[in-house]
Amino acid sequence: MAFALPTETYAGKVYEVTIGTDKTATFGGENVLPFHNFEGTIPHKPLIAYEIQDVPPEDWPETLRKVYEGKSADPVTWAKHCQDDLKAEAIALRLIGTHPDRENRSAEEAAKTVSDVLAAINVPLIILGSNNPDKDSQVLVAASEAAKGRNCIIGKAQESNHKTIVAAAMANNHKLVAMSELDINLSKQLNILITQMGFDKERIITDPMCSALGYGIEYSYSVMERIRLAALTQNDVIMQPPMMGDIGFYVWKVKEAQASESDLPQWGNLEQRAIGWEAATAAALLLSGAELLIMRHPEAVKTINSFIEELI
Amino acid sequence: MALSGVEIFKLLPKTNCKKCGHPTCLAFAMKLAQRQVSLDLCPDVSEEAKQKLGEASAPPIRPVSIGSGDRLIKMGEETVLFRHEKKFINPCAFAVEIKDTQSHEEIESITQEVIDSEIERVGQRLRIDAIFVSNASGDGAKLQEAVNIVLKKAPQVPLIIHTEDPTSAEGAAKIAKDNRPLLFGANEANAEAMAKVAKDLKIPLGVNAKGLEALSALTDKIKSLGVEDMVIDSGARTAKEILADNTCIRRAAIKKGIKALGYPIITFAQRSDAMLETMIASLGVAKYSSIVVLSSVQKWKSLVLFTLRQNIYTDPQVPMQVEQKIYKVGEPGQDAPLMITTNFSLTYFIVTGEIENSKVPARLAVMDSEGLSVLTAWAAGKFTASKIAAFIQESGIENEISNKELIIPGYVAILSGAIEDKLPGWKITVGPREANAIPTFLKTR
Ligand code: B12
Ligand code: SF4
Repeated sequence: MAFALPTETYAGKVYEVTIGTDKTATFGGENVLPFHNFEGTIPHKPLIAYEIQDVPPEDWPETLRKVYEGKSADPVTWAKHCQDDLKAEAIALRLIGTHPDRENRSAEEAAKTVSDVLAAINVPLIILGSNNPDKDSQVLVAASEAAKGRNCIIGKAQESNHKTIVAAAMANNHKLVAMSELDINLSKQLNILITQMGFDKERIITDPMCSALGYGIEYSYSVMERIRLAALTQNDVIMQPPMMGDIGFYVWKVKEAQASESDLPQWGNLEQRAIGWEAATAAALLLSGAELLIMRHPEAVKTINSFIEELI
Repeated sequence: MALSGVEIFKLLPKTNCKKCGHPTCLAFAMKLAQRQVSLDLCPDVSEEAKQKLGEASAPPIRPVSIGSGDRLIKMGEETVLFRHEKKFINPCAFAVEIKDTQSHEEIESITQEVIDSEIERVGQRLRIDAIFVSNASGDGAKLQEAVNIVLKKAPQVPLIIHTEDPTSAEGAAKIAKDNRPLLFGANEANAEAMAKVAKDLKIPLGVNAKGLEALSALTDKIKSLGVEDMVIDSGARTAKEILADNTCIRRAAIKKGIKALGYPIITFAQRSDAMLETMIASLGVAKYSSIVVLSSVQKWKSLVLFTLRQNIYTDPQVPMQVEQKIYKVGEPGQDAPLMITTNFSLTYFIVTGEIENSKVPARLAVMDSEGLSVLTAWAAGKFTASKIAAFIQESGIENEISNKELIIPGYVAILSGAIEDKLPGWKITVGPREANAIPTFLKTR
């Protein structure tokens, strides 16, 4: 009996999303499970955005901070460094300094930072709040306006604050990150709420919530796989936006990315361990369905780029 | 592939004699299809039917093991493609390569690294599981020598012996045979001779052919030569090939019931770039490899890979949990602090680790919350003031300590008043939110 390769065809397809205006970047668009090029088409590689923030990265661990030393005192210099020296294809600006428990910067200050960064770069920008739902609903509105016409991604809209953020993304023509908490039904419900406001489902990026290797990644992994299966095999149109993995933010706070080798000799070299932690977290989420990754360490990005090259 | 009730029925005697305890043969067939009864209950079933049904009820991926004793590596037996459907069963093994061209000292030192690779994480002992000895020299005597060095230093570590030359294979595998090594290197050209070695020594055989069609033809051939325990390699070496072949192999075995591909997979991840090697190995862990061969032992790399394997292979329905009880960290005296947390393994191990770091002996009351983390358990109503109070009261800890003070996690500070109400005479103290603040907290109290 001739051997037939057990390939499958899928009913659905992931939406293709293009961001930016000058230099643009496109991700999504595939009609198969992650990297299944043997049974379908994958028009675009996953996109990696370098994360920067509105305040100096004093809260980042030393291993990571030193990479950006002299480049990260202000967000404009930092963004230009990522674009020009690190060849970032996109930049994610996290307005962490607006968090009430942090510097508590105002929405106006945040908007100014966004304008300044946008004036300095031509690659696409992803604008992230501080994950404080109340504050984000002011900050992201102001940031959206400041970025009008630049086709950015704004996020994250959560169930509790989505109304204002969705309205702002819609009014200023941006894409939107919709974040729910590790539950396929919650994710679907949030996408429905957003589209009921008149926002195109083709402009959403789903963030089913990231977790770091060793700290719940199996939940993120399986939720992503389930969302993607629903999108492709059941052709569930509300589950077809591309997915995002907010890798660096979750990875660089875990102990494995910080503890020194002298404290924990059995864990080996800190620098490689931390970079490996970020890269392996990214790899796992790529394999479960993420098309957009927010990452921090250039070496981890480099590794993931080589990994993607080999997979495509 | 599993047979349906009707298909099974066709193989039964169809006399409805009821000797199996079922009213009809069809009723019995239905139970068989659901794997609720065993075929032995029917005394009249034919030999032919027995064989067919036996084959059909065998797991889609054959269980194969290498090594022995408490380092035995079990592989295969998987039943699903996605981990949310059902727990992945036998965690992928990591093997490190030793070349027989390496010096005696190098071979010894890598073997030592394998022995030392064991670490504990979230209550599990994790390690580099096996050593892959390859016949890079092409010389049978050299291969034997390398195997001997490894065996002498680490007789308990499972071995994979790699050579395509049947004579060298026999020589090397013979010395290691009590340890049930995997003999890797059967291909289209040497199949008969390699199968004979594996069969005579009763050891599993690693089979390599380029592509799935050739591979399935080859496993069929080797099976007909009397070797059943195989580990397969489709020749996939790039990430793209590994993902495609492993996925198709797993699908073919599970969804199409193709027995010729129903074997554990071995994946070669060796790269000159250690970071990239870690990614290729991660791909193997996530996507269906049963053995991943690495080029070296590096502690950081091991930790990354062990952790990923542990995460991918946890039960998606039941979080890893620890027993409910009051644990002692260090040697707490009567006045040592008492802290409380939930029984999610990760939470327990992080918190205990930080208490250890503080060097302050303490008691940690771990409450059964069905394996949920502190906040998840709180949100799910499993870590409430009344449950905490009842647990503390029933534990009898009151009689072992001098001051009735309970330290609760910072994230559930909101519970402190309610617990105080329900535990008369107790003082409730709110600890830090994150565990990494526990050492400072305990030391400065
Ligand atoms: C993974 C996860 C899940 C997993 C469960 C994992 C598990 N085994 O617990 C799943 C997907 C099943 C889940 C379900 C739910 N979850 Co949930 N989940 C999470 C998530 C992402 C991580 C939790 C985790 O594993 N943390 C790691 C462990 C180690 O943390 P921990 O136990 O808290 O321990 C730390 C500290 O508390 C401290 N500590 C622990 N013990 C002690 C003791 C002392 C004395 C001290 C001083 C310190 C201390 O040290 C540890 C390390 O710092 C969090 C969000 C987040 N990123 O934190 C939400 C989160 C906990 N979930 C939440 C909710 C609401 C739920 C659900 C009710 C609904 C939902 N969103 O799906 C369900 C309930 C489950 C049920 N059975 O009914 C909310 C809780 C809301 C709140 N503010 O209380 C959170 C915070 C998400 C959010 N922001 O809304 N969840
Ligand atoms: S014992 Fe066998 S033949 Fe008799 S009823 Fe049961 S299945 Fe049919």
